Amino acid sequence: MSIFLDENTPVIVQGYTGRIGSFHAQEMIDYGTNVVGGVTPGKGGELHLERPVFNTVKDAVRDTGAEASVVFVPPPFAADAIMEAADAGIRFCVCVTDGIPAQDMMRVKRYMQRYRREQRMTLTGPNCAGTISPGKAMMGIMPGHIYQQGNVGLIGRSGTLGYEAASQMKAMGIGISTSVGIGGDPINGSAFRDHLERFEEDPDTRLVVMIGEIGGPQEAEAAAYVRDHMQKPVLAYIAGLTAPRGRTMGHAGAIVTSAGESAAEKVEILRAAGVGIIMRPSEFGNAVAEALQKL
Amino acid sequence: MDIHEYQAKALLADFGMPIARGGIAYSPEQAAYRAKELGGEKWVVKAQIHSGARGKAGGIRVCASEDEVMEAANALLGRCLVTNQTGPQGKLIGRLYIEEATDIAREIYLAFVLDRAFERIVCIASSSGGMDIEEIAETDPDAIVRVPIEPAVGMQDFQAREIAFALGMETTQLAEAVKALKACYRAFRDLDATMVEVNPLVVTTDGRIIALDAKMGFDDNALFRRPQISELRDKSQEDAREMKAADRGLSYVGLDGNIGCIINGAGLAMATMDMIKHVGGEPANFLDIGGGASPERVAKAFNLVLSDAGVDAILVNIFAGINRCDWVAEGVIQAMQKLDVRVPVVVRLSGTNVELGRQILADSDVDLITADTLAEAAEKAVAAARLHQSVSAET
Repeated sequence: MSIFLDENTPVIVQGYTGRIGSFHAQEMIDYGTNVVGGVTPGKGGELHLERPVFNTVKDAVRDTGAEASVVFVPPPFAADAIMEAADAGIRFCVCVTDGIPAQDMMRVKRYMQRYRREQRMTLTGPNCAGTISPGKAMMGIMPGHIYQQGNVGLIGRSGTLGYEAASQMKAMGIGISTSVGIGGDPINGSAFRDHLERFEEDPDTRLVVMIGEIGGPQEAEAAAYVRDHMQKPVLAYIAGLTAPRGRTMGHAGAIVTSAGESAAEKVEILRAAGVGIIMRPSEFGNAVAEALQKL
Repeated sequence: MDIHEYQAKALLADFGMPIARGGIAYSPEQAAYRAKELGGEKWVVKAQIHSGARGKAGGIRVCASEDEVMEAANALLGRCLVTNQTGPQGKLIGRLYIEEATDIAREIYLAFVLDRAFERIVCIASSSGGMDIEEIAETDPDAIVRVPIEPAVGMQDFQAREIAFALGMETTQLAEAVKALKACYRAFRDLDATMVEVNPLVVTTDGRIIALDAKMGFDDNALFRRPQISELRDKSQEDAREMKAADRGLSYVGLDGNIGCIINGAGLAMATMDMIKHVGGEPANFLDIGGGASPERVAKAFNLVLSDAGVDAILVNIFAGINRCDWVAEGVIQAMQKLDVRVPVVVRLSGTNVELGRQILADSDVDLITADTLAEAAEKAVAAARLHQSVSAET
């Protein structure tokens, strides 16, 4: 098993016929993802990558039974695309778009609260690499071949640092059940905590690795969740030990503005909650191997 | 993006925030003229730089004559003001704000921020004005009021009244206080701010409410729809190298160390810097060249890192995902052939076609050091920097 996504999940692509959307849709199809079509307003009725294009997400859901959507819509229109997916009954949405205004995301989060929890779409991102259940399907922009199928759950903010972790693990023969990118923005669709909950319930995930960074309260919230609710072991690495306070480090959300947001403080909070700390980014493979051996 | 005090005040005033009268000056003569124009007997000459704590650093002078205004302006203009927020090099004072002096009865702290835990705009206020919020949080945390605003309906009058009463406002000041609070909120929302800070908001001896200082920060991701805010940008207040990087689509933050970093992806960049620190080195910069890592970007990145004279070695760490290591390797070699690189360069590639990429690096006649793992790359970069430092010290 895996969380959110497997080879049967019917997936649509929003921003399907654009240059970036087309390229990554093809990569997703080649990996084995069940891409059932895409949405580009005004191009409904056309065929693209041998699959139907729809004018609206509602049309796509009605005709294909799509359950998941990946958004490649440019920043000014991305918030609208996410809300359209939520309204059409999409269950799982990956927003890859980088550069969405923070107040747009604030309004997206508020909008999604109009649905009851059990009907509410799970949003990952924006500004994330996507989600992959290795060997089954992927939604996003990651290189599928660096992931091996297995029993470790991975949750991270960063794309390439997540790739680094996955390839260190693959080099040691360790596989991943699902890797979820939550993105580097200050307000994102879902947090570490939300996905820890899913991994805890997933019978094929034996342990979870969190890759966090400076800025925001989400690593601390995850720490409290691990302490109070998790049986499975959780390991964490926090990037940004050398990051100066008050400076944005690439990701819009990677900035230390208040107490508890620095890498050193987050490491202490996680450690106190019983999370195993991966001290160096060169130790993902070794640390996970060691933790798996103890199980 | 940050703006100056006088710009923030003008924006807030448009939304109904009361401010003192004032004018901008680029020369001492102009400053004196502004004082004359404003009239009265007392003026405040305020250095306009993108930093708080200007008062403590001597950037704000109270003057009692036009001559004093001219003198103060003469002393401030063209100087770099060092505050506890600017770093040791300070920030250039290119313009002054000349404001009529205000007789202060009480000072209040007021701010609106985009709170990441609430995922809402939150109003933060305290009757202990004049201090920065961290100071208040330490000395008197109970004096801080925090009110999250519901985005669907915006700030309501009752919320503004609750805040005003909590701040100890008189009944006669209530309407004015509500107007000031809602002005800040609306400016924040309508201009895509990330921060509005009025510190202090003052009650004058004659009972009026005035924003005595104002600071605003804006969401870079929303500037596409706020051209009137983009126009307020003052490039003299920004780090030249960081600005140059931003213009080239790279994300750069200068630091004090001596190992230049060229990396794709913000998380991997931070992690690589951490790795350098773990093996005893200090990174000279954060630099994210973006996920794609095209040869053009690699070349631009080399240019940028080499413009820092403090760099003794460069560490290139690229994870090729969608692109390929062989392509990145060609890009690194081309960049190094074109540029005059006089410091050792350590290159570590991983991801798609990694063997081919490494082979290309090994076969090239460009002088570079290769590494297979992150730890090895950091160790080699630190060693190379030490060697380069000692050799250049001898010559």
